[in-house]
Formats: sequence, C-alpha cells, structure tokens
Amino acid sequence: MADNTREGFLTTRLEDIIRWARSNSLWPMPMGISCCAIEMMSFAGPRTDVARFGSEAFRFSPRQSDLMIVAGTVTYKMAHVVRKIYDQMPDPKWVIAMGACTSSGGMYRSYSVVQGIDLFVPVDVYVAGCPPRPDNLLKGLMEVQKRIKQGEDSRRKVYVGEMGVLAGD
Amino acid sequence: MKEKILQKLESQFKDHVQSVAEFRGELTIVIKKEAVLRVCRLIRDDEELAFDMLKDLCGTDCYRPNDRFEVVYNLYSLKNKFRLRLKLTVDETDLHVPSVTSVWPGADWHEREAYDMYGIIFDNHPDLRRIYMPEEFEYYPLRKDFPLMGIPGSLSLPPK
Repeated sequence: MADNTREGFLTTRLEDIIRWARSNSLWPMPMGISCCAIEMMSFAGPRTDVARFGSEAFRFSPRQSDLMIVAGTVTYKMAHVVRKIYDQMPDPKWVIAMGACTSSGGMYRSYSVVQGIDLFVPVDVYVAGCPPRPDNLLKGLMEVQKRIKQGEDSRRKVYVGEMGVLAGD
Repeated sequence: MKEKILQKLESQFKDHVQSVAEFRGELTIVIKKEAVLRVCRLIRDDEELAFDMLKDLCGTDCYRPNDRFEVVYNLYSLKNKFRLRLKLTVDETDLHVPSVTSVWPGADWHEREAYDMYGIIFDNHPDLRRIYMPEEFEYYPLRKDFPLMGIPGSLSLPPK
C-alpha cells in the first residue's frame, strides 16, 4: 500500500469511493419553515461553517439536492408541500428532522400541526432542541454522513441531543 | 370624544345601540347586527368622529345558549387619536352578518379568518373562502366545542 501511494494511485472498492464522495458532498434542500431556519442559516454561516463538510451549497431546487433539512413546524396544509418537494428530490436522498416541532409536533399539540414528520416522510436523523444549536445540527449532518459511509442497508433512526447522540434504534 | 360618539349614535340609532361600557379608558359599544353597516358608515364618514382605520376584526365564541358568537371591530381614528370597540352578537341559528368590506377594505382577510375559525358568514363579502385551513376542511376549529387535537381523519396527510 505504501509503495502504491508513492506511485500516485491507491486501490479501493468503487462502492466505497462513491459513498465517500456522496457523504462529503451532501447538498441540503433548506426546508426552512419557521424559527429553526434561523439556526440553520447560522449552521451555514462562518462560525459553524458547514462548508468544512462539503454541504455549503444550499439548493433551493429539490432537483439538485440530496439532503432535506426540515426546519420548523409542519402543519397539515404544509405537509403536502414538504412531501411534494421530497418526491422531487433525486435518489439517493436523506432527511434530517430538525428541532422539536418537526420531530414530534413540539409544543404545538394542536389540531393543525402534524405530530412528527415521520408520519409522512422517512426520517434519518432527528435533531433535538427548540431550536437546536447550529453545532447540534452539524452533529446531525455528521450522523447522516456516517450512515452513508456505512451503506444504504443500515436504516436505523438516530436521535441527536445537545450532549451528542442520545440513542439509535 | 366619548360624549360626541354617544350623542351621534343615540340620535340616529337609538333602537340599535344595546349597551355602552367603559373600562380603563376603553369604550365599547354593543350594537345590533342589522345596523352594523349604517353605524360603521356613519362613524367613518362623520367629519368629527372620522374612524378611518379598522385596526382589527375578530370573532369570539362565548359558548352560551343564546347569542353564542360575537364579532368585534376595533376601530381607530387617526384624526382624533381615539380608539373605539364595536361589538355585535350572532346567534348560532343565524350566522349571517353584513360584511364591512365596503366600509373598510382591510376587513377582507379578517372576515375570512372569522369565517374560517368560527363559521360566521359575512354577507356581501367579495371572496369568502377559508384563509388558514384547507378548503375541504369541514369544521370550525376555534369553536369551544371543537377538540384541541382536532377530529381524526378530517385533515389529510400525503401517503407515506
């Protein structure tokens, strides 16, 4: 191996290098619905700087993105929009449920708010907080990257709390 | 200012003013709903009163056997820097109220909101549709007998 790298090439499996490329170029679709979106902007800004993880290209077109960050309270009326945008994203795609409202309805135990977006889209990572700190969302992104590197078949849900990963099932 | 308003209303709408109350400098006048358009035109067009701004319009559900609903008009006179609250009651058996969009065009969306949340029907409104809830929704969610978590199956979710 050491000799090979000196020669200017290395060997790997195609699958591995695709996963490596995918996980380091996740283009988020910022589904900023309410106040969590402010923290999501900070997540893209200079302090947290998501560009270090290759996700600085926020695409407002679902056709060009592969990670949907749902940031905010999703009402029943909005749920159809979220699902339509999710459907328009090309495969493979991942979803982060950012914040309490998105994950569970949060403080809105009400007739108009969907009690968790996993009722209508598959969610990969749940990020805790109301709203979550930008670094916590970054942790959520890193969990998505970890999942991609592990491969498609490791479909388990990940819950990211303020103190790191709380649990996975 | 208060005397001026009352005097003008009393002289023209003696039978339509139901009650007058003042609480901490806020004047509230309850009128009958038949007269609402004429009262509103009067207090807007009168040069001394000049209530030219409709600050807010909302419905309330008092949840009582008679005159269950109320419509509240919060008015402001820019000229006099004076606020006035007009109210009228609506019975559940007759939910029709004249629309005041012809007096203050800004009432449009407020009346749609009151219609959406309480089912109060504003006659002669230019476009009386639901404003928040989906159009196929069949209930009025801010009524006191509507359960907080809604009615299961009444709002659709996209298929998973």
